[in-house]
Amino acid sequence: MRYFLYKLSSFFITIVLVSMIIFFVFQLLPGNPAHIILGMDADPAQVAQLEKQLGLDRSPVERYADWVRGLLQGDLGESLRYQLPVSDILTDRIPVTSSLAILSLIITLLIGIPLGIFIARSDGKWMSVFLNIVTQLGISIPPFWFGFMLILVFGVTLQLFPTYGYVPWSEDFFGAFQSFFLPSLAIAIGNIAIVIRYLRNTILDQAKMDYVRTARVKGLKERTILYGHILRNSLIPVLTIMGLLVADTLGGSIIIENVFSLPGLGNLLIQSITSRDFPLVQSMVLYIAILVLFINFIVDLLYKLVDPRIRLKG
Amino acid sequence: MKLLKSLVLMMVIAFVLAACSGSNTSDTGEAVQEGNNPTESANSQPGTENVLRIAMSTEVDNLDPYISAATDTQSMMDNVFDGLLDTDESGKLVPAIAEDYEISEDGLTYTFQLKEGILFHDGSELISEDVVYSYERLSGLNGEEPLSSQFAGIENIEAPSDYEVVITLKENNSAFLAANIRPILPAGYEEQSTSPIGAGPFKFEEYQAGQQLTLVKNEDYYMQDKVPPFDKVQFIVMPDPESAVLAMQAGEIDVIPGVTPQGMMQLGESVNTVSGPQNMVQLMALNNEVEPLDDVNVRKAINLAIDKDMIIETVADGMGTKLGSNFSPAMDFYYEAGLEDYYQPNIEEAKALLADAGYADGFDLELTVPSDYQFHVDTAQVVVEQLSQIGINVEIKLIEFSSWLETVYQDAQYESTIVSFTGKLDPYEVLVRYISDYQSNFVNYNNPEYDALIEQAVASTDENEMADLYKQAQRLLTEDAASVYIMDPDRTYALRSGLEGWKMYPIQKFNLEDIRVTE
Repeated sequence: MRYFLYKLSSFFITIVLVSMIIFFVFQLLPGNPAHIILGMDADPAQVAQLEKQLGLDRSPVERYADWVRGLLQGDLGESLRYQLPVSDILTDRIPVTSSLAILSLIITLLIGIPLGIFIARSDGKWMSVFLNIVTQLGISIPPFWFGFMLILVFGVTLQLFPTYGYVPWSEDFFGAFQSFFLPSLAIAIGNIAIVIRYLRNTILDQAKMDYVRTARVKGLKERTILYGHILRNSLIPVLTIMGLLVADTLGGSIIIENVFSLPGLGNLLIQSITSRDFPLVQSMVLYIAILVLFINFIVDLLYKLVDPRIRLKG
Repeated sequence: MKLLKSLVLMMVIAFVLAACSGSNTSDTGEAVQEGNNPTESANSQPGTENVLRIAMSTEVDNLDPYISAATDTQSMMDNVFDGLLDTDESGKLVPAIAEDYEISEDGLTYTFQLKEGILFHDGSELISEDVVYSYERLSGLNGEEPLSSQFAGIENIEAPSDYEVVITLKENNSAFLAANIRPILPAGYEEQSTSPIGAGPFKFEEYQAGQQLTLVKNEDYYMQDKVPPFDKVQFIVMPDPESAVLAMQAGEIDVIPGVTPQGMMQLGESVNTVSGPQNMVQLMALNNEVEPLDDVNVRKAINLAIDKDMIIETVADGMGTKLGSNFSPAMDFYYEAGLEDYYQPNIEEAKALLADAGYADGFDLELTVPSDYQFHVDTAQVVVEQLSQIGINVEIKLIEFSSWLETVYQDAQYESTIVSFTGKLDPYEVLVRYISDYQSNFVNYNNPEYDALIEQAVASTDENEMADLYKQAQRLLTEDAASVYIMDPDRTYALRSGLEGWKMYPIQKFNLEDIRVTE
């Protein structure tokens, strides 16, 4: 319980710090949203008028206070560029990015874990060389390249998948799956490579442990030893990596959404940074930060579940 | 452990199920095309709906035509709205909602006769009251801030009858006529931002944020001979140009407005293309107020050292029109020809001019370039090379366009920069930038003779005299070497085979009425 409370309070303190950093760092960016919205032909009177309308004439501290007050009341403010409530804009976009992240995580786990176990079991010299090359490629090639290659092969040449387009899950489950599969796969490839490497290494390390020898001496079947003992201990580092991969996946989806023309947060984030749409950018970055923090919080709790020995230090 | 196993099992089942569905669809060979409506196939077969899909690199900023500031949005929505006048390919104004117009002798009063029987998309008739409402919003005569500076000069608008509008200007302004292409909106209708209504050839159907804008044919369009051959148009948001090319290869996109040379190579012969100048001016702007650029000889030397043909060849793959002043030949009637060769590349002469100005050993020059535009960045690199030949040591400073707008454009805190001005329908809107007291004259050009020419031109009521004055103004800019005017880069539109007739206008316009379906 103490562990839980400690983690929970650090979760909230980090959110407050993150919100301050987000707000004040964006204030440092050069470029005036009023200028950017009105473009190259604006006259100064129009700019001043718009600045006032956008509340840009007030001090940053005042605006931060307003923003936080709004956040607490669930009001994220209005987008400068779209002139629509930020919450409305985000409700449309969040499902797209989350679907992408979740599906790519599922693909990563479904392929990465069995493959990692398989490779660890059939470990041989040629296998580790081959594995090294393939996973190294998987890690170093950027996801957008995989994205283009997948579109080229499955969209243009084989015509199995659409090259663009988004279908909500509620409308057509299989259609949605089709539109998310390739982009999720593009993000997942690199992550799969990482999971395989980690899992294989930890399984091989664990297999040398004394408890494994004891289990063998007891006459347990190899399968039972692997799945019942080694795998359980090997999952802790994989869990840590998964926490990091989620953050990575959200970052990767920003570029992948552009490649697959999906209306997610990524595309919106880039556009709102260039147009200095502060209310929108702040809310999006805060949302992503909270999500990442939350997932790390869950991972912390899962540690305890997988390994009850983990205690709060100090 | 059991929990983990069953979890994995569940995921496997879900995965397999989903994968099966994927292959089912592929068996029938029908890829999902339009997001929510898989039945609309890419190939417009006879008897089915005829859909045109256009890839757009940016999102709609606002559907209300008076609030939107993005050129792309305005070009898309131009199909929903009509103005009193419209433009043809040469930039000539042609009647649209107005049947005819008259300008008084003193150039202050504009009288428009409206066509009768024009219907808005909600079925109501378009009458003079709607024009008055629209123009009052634009000009700020409704008591609010003017939405357009072009309309701020209106003194008074009246509607003597349902089909006549009389506009009185505060002062003579020949540029006002071209402003009348702005959309006419139904009076009192406040929902333009969510569900726009106009009188154009297409009706607004749906906008899915970040995905697509869907328009449907307006069967009651008042110019029946111009009803476009499409039941539906979808503008699809595709931020990545490479993805748009791939989608076109897969037959899922019909038109890409603006393809890169690499994209063209990839598409090859399988598509139709239309390219040409886009009435844009790419220039290396020189801040006429900072040393040593305040010396006309230094600016002339820079002009002589820069080989524009080389820039066009290397940066634009030869797809560009060389310029000599701040004006593109796309607006032929007002264009002063011959200025593009006023400064022939001549290193010796350039060096001599620099020596006269006291810079025989050259000098350091900072070139601020908006990093968002690779085209300008590439141009800058060629310029660095060319200017090094006369001893000018150019240092490129990359800056984000958002910052560029503030520091360079608004505050003129720069030495030189590379940027392009987009086309305007009236020469005044193009050349006004160089009037000495114009607030966005960031080149800091100052020549009373030029000011007088532009003032005379805008007050002129005779077209030929006006054109002559604008031509003289262009020549002055060249003679004073106000900046280095480089090129009007070509824009290339790619159309799937079977689509023809796409036309280019002096302003970015997606005029779907022009397109013919040949197969």
